[in-house]
Amino acid sequence: MNQLNFPIISFTIFFPLAGVLLLLFIRGDKEKNYDLMRKAAFVISLFEFAVSLAFPIYFNSETPHMQFVEHVSWVKSMGLSYFVGIDGISLWLVVLTTFLVPLCILCSWTYIQKYVKAFLISMLLLETAMVGAFVSLDLVIFYIFWELMLIPMFLLIGVWGGPRRIYSAVKFFLYTAAGSLLMFVAIIYLYYYNYKITGIATFNLLELYNLHIPISIQFWLCMAFFIAFAIKVPMFPFHTWLPDAHVEAPAAGSVILAAVLLKMGTYGFLRFAMPLFPYASHQFLPIIAVLAVVGIIYAALVAWVQPDMKSLVAYSSVSHLGYVMIGLFALNIQGVEGGIYQMMNHGLNTGALFILVGIIYERRHSRMMEDFGGIAKVMPIFATFLMIVTLASVAVPGTNGFVGEFMILVGVFKTYPLFGVFAVSGMIFGATYMLWMYQRVMFGPVDKEENKNIPDLNLREIAMMVPIAVLIFVMGIFPGYFMRKMDASVSLFINRFNKDYQMYVQEATGKNNTNLAITNAALILSQDRSANPDEIKDRPL
Amino acid sequence: MFDYVWLIPTLPLIGVLVNGLFGRRIEKANKSIIHWIACGSVGLAFFVTLIIFVQMLRLEPDKRFYDYIWFTWMESGEFTVPMGFQIDPISMFMCMFVTGVGFLIHIYSIGYMWHDEHDEGTYFRYFTYLNLFMLCMITLVLADNFLLMFLGWEGVGLCSYLLIAFWFSTKEFAIAGKKAFITNRIGDFFFAIGMLLLIVNLGKHGIWSIKYADVFAHVSLLSPDLITLICILFFLGCTAKSAQIPLYVWLPDAMAGPTPVSALIHAATMVTAGVYFVARCNILYTMSPLAMQIVAIVGGMTAFFAATIALTHNDIKKVLAYSTVSQLGYMFMGLGVGAFAAGLFHVLTHSFFKALLFMCSGCVIHAMSGEQDMRYMGGLRKKMPITFATMVIATLAIIGFPGFSGFFSKDEILWMAFSSPSGNFMLWLIGVLAAAMTAFYMFRLIFMTFFNECRASEEVKKHIHEAPKSMTVPLIILAFLSVVGGYIGIPKALGGSNLVEHFLEPVIGFGKGKLFQDATGTAIMHGAETAGHHSHTMEYLLMIITTLIVFGGIFTAYMMYMKNRSIPEKLAQKVPLLYRLMLNKWYIDELYEWNVIKPLHTFSIFLWKITDTMIIDGLVNKTAQFFMWCGSMLRHIQTGYVQRYAVTFVAGTVAIVMYYVFLLYI
Repeated sequence: MNQLNFPIISFTIFFPLAGVLLLLFIRGDKEKNYDLMRKAAFVISLFEFAVSLAFPIYFNSETPHMQFVEHVSWVKSMGLSYFVGIDGISLWLVVLTTFLVPLCILCSWTYIQKYVKAFLISMLLLETAMVGAFVSLDLVIFYIFWELMLIPMFLLIGVWGGPRRIYSAVKFFLYTAAGSLLMFVAIIYLYYYNYKITGIATFNLLELYNLHIPISIQFWLCMAFFIAFAIKVPMFPFHTWLPDAHVEAPAAGSVILAAVLLKMGTYGFLRFAMPLFPYASHQFLPIIAVLAVVGIIYAALVAWVQPDMKSLVAYSSVSHLGYVMIGLFALNIQGVEGGIYQMMNHGLNTGALFILVGIIYERRHSRMMEDFGGIAKVMPIFATFLMIVTLASVAVPGTNGFVGEFMILVGVFKTYPLFGVFAVSGMIFGATYMLWMYQRVMFGPVDKEENKNIPDLNLREIAMMVPIAVLIFVMGIFPGYFMRKMDASVSLFINRFNKDYQMYVQEATGKNNTNLAITNAALILSQDRSANPDEIKDRPL
Repeated sequence: MFDYVWLIPTLPLIGVLVNGLFGRRIEKANKSIIHWIACGSVGLAFFVTLIIFVQMLRLEPDKRFYDYIWFTWMESGEFTVPMGFQIDPISMFMCMFVTGVGFLIHIYSIGYMWHDEHDEGTYFRYFTYLNLFMLCMITLVLADNFLLMFLGWEGVGLCSYLLIAFWFSTKEFAIAGKKAFITNRIGDFFFAIGMLLLIVNLGKHGIWSIKYADVFAHVSLLSPDLITLICILFFLGCTAKSAQIPLYVWLPDAMAGPTPVSALIHAATMVTAGVYFVARCNILYTMSPLAMQIVAIVGGMTAFFAATIALTHNDIKKVLAYSTVSQLGYMFMGLGVGAFAAGLFHVLTHSFFKALLFMCSGCVIHAMSGEQDMRYMGGLRKKMPITFATMVIATLAIIGFPGFSGFFSKDEILWMAFSSPSGNFMLWLIGVLAAAMTAFYMFRLIFMTFFNECRASEEVKKHIHEAPKSMTVPLIILAFLSVVGGYIGIPKALGGSNLVEHFLEPVIGFGKGKLFQDATGTAIMHGAETAGHHSHTMEYLLMIITTLIVFGGIFTAYMMYMKNRSIPEKLAQKVPLLYRLMLNKWYIDELYEWNVIKPLHTFSIFLWKITDTMIIDGLVNKTAQFFMWCGSMLRHIQTGYVQRYAVTFVAGTVAIVMYYVFLLYI
């Protein structure tokens, strides 16, 4: 059934769930059991990570197709099946998820003091849902995991969050659920339409890729998917739930939210919305590109004036994900690979930033920049890690952030240079707000009494920061290892997109022969650079 | 044969890793191990460079090119970027003095930082940053492609940031560091756009490489307008890194860092990266006369403008900082008129004498217990003889006193500014005026610091002493180089053979024996070849005029700061406006602050408070409230009173019955 002869994906999905069962047998009301439960959960998540390393190790980078596939029919009459698999697009996202969960458990070791058991169960449940969503190839299975993510996250914010946690949790839940429902309607309609045309009842994504959807229907379906994913990303102007959720969530919640949950949105575009509806996606392209670029600059400017470190990082997420979006919609190999790479970078860097802010919050119970100053002197190790992560976040060459950003920009310049110029300006603003924060928090004299005796990082905290710091440089200097594994799948994605798109274009213009000839000529020209025939003549340079 | 070139960057990298990871423990055990590691790694790097350099000299000039690819850095689709180092005359030329001067400054730093009293600036941290800087700078000059160069380029900017803000407990220093980084980022913004345009447009012709060799071999594929655009974008990047108008503002503030850092980064090496880059891209630039013109004019303007600011400043390091800006302007002026070799020659000599000047000023500051204001100095000549002697040598070199290194390189640039087809009389005049001002403010510095009575407080006076050996030895070596450094490039007019130009010819030379041959490139460059074909008489004449004007500068300084010391004050009172303008750096910082930063900040607050919180989030919340309102309206139906339900039920039944009755009778 796959190269390992072992249902490794299912194992990865459900192993944390088994861990939840284990935790249920430990009495959660006794304080002396807290450490035991933390250790158990940590070991479970660490083992999970170790298992998931099999994916990159046994991954075959030659084939663009799904690997480690498991396909079991579930409800025959409805065409439901349990269908999971990994390709170059989802590979690293799965590993990123399993990598971050142990770190989250570590960073909550002392941070979370109440309902420890419930917290750990939520984390493990969340892990199951996240991994499941990344590997699902059946729309219903995907939707189940997708919605399943909401509940533990809702609890994380609502139970262990800050003072306005209820408002934020409800806002997070309702906002994203509203988008999801739209998507669900679209899924059902897609299923129905497929059944009507082909007579086959299926939710199998790979089969639905081949479905020919009339342009007028495509438009609406695409819109539904787009809104769902755009909220999740979040794209400007659907982003306002994010700062609220981040500010109130506990450190671990913020890490997971930023590092993995937001990636669901961008991943969704790549896996579902764009290949299913190539023509409509292409029509939306200018809107997406504009929103992405606006998001990059707008969020960076707003981040600059935030007094709260966490909301600064939250807005910076919006800005970074603007990069990812414009990279994906550049629709060439550099743009898409850069976009996926940037997803991982953002997961790592922003995750690390939230961990660090959490560390300092745990010590000082404040996240306001004005309450700090001169921390670098009191906490030199903390300062070093924050500096490394800051540099990665502002994409200094040699760190992972640069590779992703630069690849995206190459992709964007290939397709639309003008947007590229605006996107590059994020470079300046990014440096401005990050260094602004660093200077205000870390530098200057230690002028507040309560800051004079903050303890530096302990061994546990160092242990969770070191892997991140190492990865930042490894991914910055040897990106080839990661990108090579994406190549085949991303090429397939782009080729399929362009091919399908051209088919629809021919259909749209088919009635007029002259038009067809022109379009065809333009398409041949544009195959490599851009899929939009209209752009050829007015592209500058 | 140069396969061990990777050693050059790796050696400082080892220093960074060892000191960075274990420095805290090493420092506790034995502090001196730190500097042994740091200086040792850079010294070895210099040694390796030297071997490669000698090995290269043995080769035929046309074969002096080697591309060593270490591994592939980035790859995505057809686009790949290698981690590769290029050995050719220009990269070795740069690498020689970067590692050499870097090594000397590392040694000097031992004495300077050993007794550092700021407790946040630990010893190992300093040397880690310094080694990191060497790593980045070496990468910058050795890189064989634009992107790897950019890695070094941003890396040195980062180290500059870290070292300016080294004593971060002082808020101003931290802010200065941030300013340096962000200003450089603005430059890098343009630089990155230039690079991306280059990549994408060459990609359209199937060249998916940004190696220098590949790019320069295919420039003819690009349209002239595009080349001009790319050149200007690159140059804007250089204006930040090399502190030219309009992005020079960070450099004077950067003097907040420890003085050896100012010597190494902000005088000798990093700030010359822009000059190196333009010279490296000379093939691109010679194809765009407009870009060359801009480079020359900006360079000339900066040389002049920065010199005017240096005239009035009292902070010894600030004066040197503005003089650096001014000298960098000279170099760009040279590049802009096509004198690439002369520009690089000036980079070399400048690195000697400017590093020396900063190091001397460091000794002075050290002796004066941290005082940097020249108004509280004076009379140090006797107490610090070595510093005095070396600083005078450096001063003579920088003002272009005949026989010292600065004379040859500066003269070369001025002559080219006058005689080359892209140069003109105005450029020459600006250059000469700047030279006169340089002579004035440098001697003003010497007179105020080393002559007359000591104006320091009694407490400070007691501690004035000559610097330790580890500091003075590098001074003497650099003083020696500041004198003889010029003799490798004596122009032909003075009977020399101009070794520098010959050495650099394969990569820069005008049309003959170039390593990066390009059909159209050669044709265009023939224009520049005519440069220097004026008569020698003219060259001598200009040389004499320049020298006389320089003497005039020295004499004025002597009159004002030795003979009759009331003149400066009277002068300041006579032209108060001009004086204030110069003293306040022409209010450029304020201009930026009020016209760019403040409005942007206000705009950002507007975006946050109004657009984001009120409008966008307001709409979100209003939507939620709308549904809540709907719910609260519908709630009135669900009262829980059975009677009301019964009434509704009856009313509904009646309505339905009536409807059917109605239908029946129609």
